[in-house]
Amino acid sequence: MRWLLRKDFLILRRSRLLVALLIVYPVAISLLIGFAISRSPARPRVAIVDETPAGETLKVGSQRVEVRAYANELFSQVQAVRTATRAQAEAKVKSGEVLAAVIIPPNIASRLSSDVTQASLQVLYDGEALQQSLVRSTIDAALAQANLGFSEQIQHAAAKAIEALLRGGNVGILGAPQELVGLDRIPTILHAIVARQPPGHDRTELERIEAFAGFAAQNLSLSRDVFTTVGQPIRVDSTLLRGRRTPLDRFAVVVAVTVSLMFVCVLLAAGGLAAEREERALARLLRQLVSREALLAEKALLAAGCSLVVALAMLAGIGTLVTLDFSRLALWVLALAFGALAFGALGVAIGALAREVRAASLLAFLLSLPLALLALVPAGSVSSSFYDAISTVSFVFPFKAALQALDTAVNSGSPSLLTSLAHLVALTVAFGLLAGVGLRRAE
Amino acid sequence: MSEVLCARGLCKSYGEVQALIDVSFQASAGELVAIVGPNGAGKTTLLSILAGTQRPTSGSVNLDAKLVGWAPQQPALYSKLSVAENLELFARLERVTDPGAAVARMLEQTGLQRRREEQVGRLSGGNRQRVNVAIGLISDPPVLALDEPTAALDPAQRERMWGFICRRSQAGTTVVFSTHNLGEVQRHATRTLVLSQGRLLFDGTPAQLRDSDAGDGSGDLERALLRLLERDEAARAQEAAGA
Repeated sequence: MRWLLRKDFLILRRSRLLVALLIVYPVAISLLIGFAISRSPARPRVAIVDETPAGETLKVGSQRVEVRAYANELFSQVQAVRTATRAQAEAKVKSGEVLAAVIIPPNIASRLSSDVTQASLQVLYDGEALQQSLVRSTIDAALAQANLGFSEQIQHAAAKAIEALLRGGNVGILGAPQELVGLDRIPTILHAIVARQPPGHDRTELERIEAFAGFAAQNLSLSRDVFTTVGQPIRVDSTLLRGRRTPLDRFAVVVAVTVSLMFVCVLLAAGGLAAEREERALARLLRQLVSREALLAEKALLAAGCSLVVALAMLAGIGTLVTLDFSRLALWVLALAFGALAFGALGVAIGALAREVRAASLLAFLLSLPLALLALVPAGSVSSSFYDAISTVSFVFPFKAALQALDTAVNSGSPSLLTSLAHLVALTVAFGLLAGVGLRRAE
Repeated sequence: MSEVLCARGLCKSYGEVQALIDVSFQASAGELVAIVGPNGAGKTTLLSILAGTQRPTSGSVNLDAKLVGWAPQQPALYSKLSVAENLELFARLERVTDPGAAVARMLEQTGLQRRREEQVGRLSGGNRQRVNVAIGLISDPPVLALDEPTAALDPAQRERMWGFICRRSQAGTTVVFSTHNLGEVQRHATRTLVLSQGRLLFDGTPAQLRDSDAGDGSGDLERALLRLLERDEAARAQEAAGA
């Protein structure tokens, strides 16, 4: 096996373009996947046409909220491009300069104050179905955030108006009486007056007014809390049931490295074995010079070794950008080594089935990429039956197990490292046996 | 001469297809045995069984396949390795005692010393075939099985190749080769085996084939072979009609 390994290293050393592609391509793909997972979408670039008159306010009780505050909330959610007219905004959307345009109509204040009509905005967007879907969801999210921020300001103004009614004093509104009696003081004042009244109709009426004032003061006080509840009806308090919280950027690192490990290893193992057949050397080797098992082991080990080096180099490189716990290096190596062996076994199984290097590479690529993507589909994002099917497929291929092993090694994720390693060993044996059968049939 | 190779009752089936049917022959040291016959006659199957790359369905060969050098029709070489690296790799895998000396010997015998560092992928077809045969001989086996060793070579390359093979034969190596070129058979072979549809039709010297009752007295080996094959075809047809 030593001489075969030496031969393959010599061939790899002389196939620089192939080696460069084999490393650069998977690393580029894995980094793209990693970035796609870890980066939240950038704030969308949106044209905003604010047609409301400058300084227009919305009256909430004795308080006033500037309508422009809404536009300000919206500006904070998007990359705002202030645009003067609707026509200009339309042109910007059509040219693709902005993702969409939001038009705040001049009558928004009167509609907000109205009891019968709801205030509305107009959103303009363009593009094909996929882009339309993206724009709608992005703008809906931005508008929801802006609505929430604006409603908090209205809620704050309403709460201040209620406070003035309850506490009294000087409310600061032009024309309002000085030193107003607060609603919460009225029951006490009335109680003292009622005590001095002789029994009779007037006293009875005053007692009814006193009861009402007490009831009104209590309920108005409660309404301040009700505003808070209405503003954010349900508060989220999350608890992680299994494993530890993994920061998304560190999980993205694990995904990127596992994808690279898989591509380098599977392509190299599949291509290496298929190359023996393409060079017509397979029959010569297997005529009692090398056993099938030794040949398969050599190809899998070579691929595993090369991919392990690439993956470790990637982890070390990324470790300079993302905080990784280098004291766990031994666990990283363990997880990567077991994962690489399983990918190597999968690779030789593919190589045994394909007759030439190009077919083997294509088959390896076509099989690996969808499997990796399927393994990343989160539970709950698809129907339960489809997710069960995905889980089954992911279970019989090494990507998910390797991802879990590396996640545990890097981030202390779940399940336990031993479980993942045992799973990888089982897959290595299964694919090794499959490769043996394939090779026997190929002879 | 001492008998080196002895094949007895070799049969090989691929499902319903019988590629070899009860083929037996012997060869002595230094003999050059040519296997001729139409495409699909079983020539490559017979050589593959001798070389150990295929197992017979029944029958046996007296020699361990390790003692048979093998050169397939298409050169089985690593194109990214140099001539010397290819030779050394197979010398190591064959567990040759002194791989360096074996490589030097084969380079000298093939006349490829000046090309030793050249990558095989850059060699001409003739030189590649010489390396291919040299790998078959690297462990100095007593028997060499060559599958159409000169196919796709130009006349000059063929001549060099035969010079190399004949020197090995003169040194005592038994060479069993398949070919469609009856001129080569006439010039170089000491024995001829004619195969047709898996059956051995003739086992004798080229002169015996030419002068047999299959021949028409013109001394043309090709005509004699064709008549032999036609007669076999007719006999089979008669057999089939009788059945």
